[in-house]
Amino acid sequence: MSKIVEGLKYSDTHEWVKVEGNIAIIGVTDFAQKEMGEITYVDCPDVDDEVEKGGEFGALESVKAASDLFSPVSGTVVEVNEAVVDDPKLVNDDAFENWIIKVQMSEASELDDLMDASAYKAFIKE
Amino acid sequence: MKYYDKLIFELSKPGRIGYSLPQTCSKCKGTDAIPAGLLRSNAPKLPEVSEVDVVRHYTNLSQMNFGVDTGFYPLGSCTMKYNPKINEEIAAMPAFNAIHPLQKDVPGVDAVYEGMDKALAAITGMKHFTFKPCAGAHGELTGLMIIREYHMSRGDTKRTRIIVPDSAHGTNPASAAVCGLDVVVVKSNANGLVDVEDLKPLLDDTIAGIMMTNPNTLGLFEKDIRQIADLVHAAGGLLYYDGANMNPLIGTVRPGDMGFDVMHLNLHKSFSTPHGGGGPGSGPVGVCEKLVPFLGVNVSGFNGNFGVILRAYAYILMLGRENVKLCGKLATLGANYIKESLKDCYKLPIPTVCKHEFVFDGLINDGAREGKEGAATLDVAKRLLDFGFHAPTIYFPLLFHQAIMIEPTETEPKETLDEFIEVMRKIAAEAAQDPDILHGAPHTTPISRPDETTAARNPILKYWDA
Repeated sequence: MSKIVEGLKYSDTHEWVKVEGNIAIIGVTDFAQKEMGEITYVDCPDVDDEVEKGGEFGALESVKAASDLFSPVSGTVVEVNEAVVDDPKLVNDDAFENWIIKVQMSEASELDDLMDASAYKAFIKE
Repeated sequence: MKYYDKLIFELSKPGRIGYSLPQTCSKCKGTDAIPAGLLRSNAPKLPEVSEVDVVRHYTNLSQMNFGVDTGFYPLGSCTMKYNPKINEEIAAMPAFNAIHPLQKDVPGVDAVYEGMDKALAAITGMKHFTFKPCAGAHGELTGLMIIREYHMSRGDTKRTRIIVPDSAHGTNPASAAVCGLDVVVVKSNANGLVDVEDLKPLLDDTIAGIMMTNPNTLGLFEKDIRQIADLVHAAGGLLYYDGANMNPLIGTVRPGDMGFDVMHLNLHKSFSTPHGGGGPGSGPVGVCEKLVPFLGVNVSGFNGNFGVILRAYAYILMLGRENVKLCGKLATLGANYIKESLKDCYKLPIPTVCKHEFVFDGLINDGAREGKEGAATLDVAKRLLDFGFHAPTIYFPLLFHQAIMIEPTETEPKETLDEFIEVMRKIAAEAAQDPDILHGAPHTTPISRPDETTAARNPILKYWDA
């Protein structure tokens, strides 16, 4: 059973978003890390890069596959989690604790398109 | 078989020499002729070994290799057909293999290129081919450059987007990105085919074209291809055919007749030349009549890998027009035979007739129970090695979480297919009985499961610091 955290927003490409004011903290879900297997590389954007809702902002690589990361919101990257870049295993250890990027949102209403915890739970059951 | 896993560096002994080269003669300047800025200050730390050390080292390693000459190699999407030895005989003829790459006016070579152009045009329904691309993905890039050139030549500069189905080979979006095109994904429907309704709204005047394989990556024939071609053409786009899955169609159906404008072929797949580590590739690109003026895009200084093209030409001529038709039919028959013989043990997500390959979505009964994890597709693949088979492609395509993709090719006798089916059934029974038999596999290979994660996270890329 994959872990799901209440109170977060979820995309159909398996990213989670934690909202703190106008900042979106973005990571991948526990379901995603399980599907990927042991992650060996995290490719991140640079601070100040623009991201677009639904656009790719990076990628995860595992021994099994490489998978693009899609931004659930539009805005500007304000911080990148260097810890997961240095040690990709952290994403496997705890996908919700180890976020990937923080984005200053330009269009906060985009959050309304995302799923809540129970909708995401139903989504990954399909 | 003796286990052997040494690196050639481990054999090195200071001062040991295989060949003693003569001293620089008085008339030439030797390394003095090389500008100082280009000269290295330290000698490279090459292994110091004798000739017999080298010969034994590589012979021992080669005997631990697995290839299509040693056993069944049902690697889906790769068409690992047998490489007839007559191809090698012909390619080794001094009249061919002693030609210098810069030699001009060699009528025999020109005749091979011309003959090959004619043969491939007849097989595919294209007008002409370029032989410059040295691999499949190189061919994809070449084809996309041709598409771009075509639009640009008409002043149609807005067409910067290319449509790729979600089931496509990863090289398709990668080649498009290298070519500077933006990728738009079209979804598959429940039958695993391109969803025409999903495609329609994507078609506008920014679309350069669509890249497809047919049969697609699931081994299914895109039945709506004529309708798709009409829609894309009506919107001003072109159709690119990825020849990765050409094998079942050879001699039966032609991409040109389906409406494709540009395509590449993998001679190392469909036309029996060595594949993967076994030899250089060749990805000739064919175009329809209106694109012939753009066939000269410059992607290589030479006219492809001539030795590979020659081998493929030998293969085509050896089979002849009548027999070449049998390849696709037998490849399709073999794949369907395996599929039908195993579908009560392995999940078959799309139960229609397949072409040359098909995809299972893992075991029906993976043996999972209280306190014990079931056997995954990886475990099935690893267990196959114990029975002397190369594992099929696994975890691709990404549409299915436990994908295992099987492609037998036409070159396997029924006995081999039966043996493979029997082993696959045995593995399914083992999983149901005790999945740990599979979790621990392979048990009989020189090494069991290499630590791929550590290798990827902390790669050691050189033996010593030079």
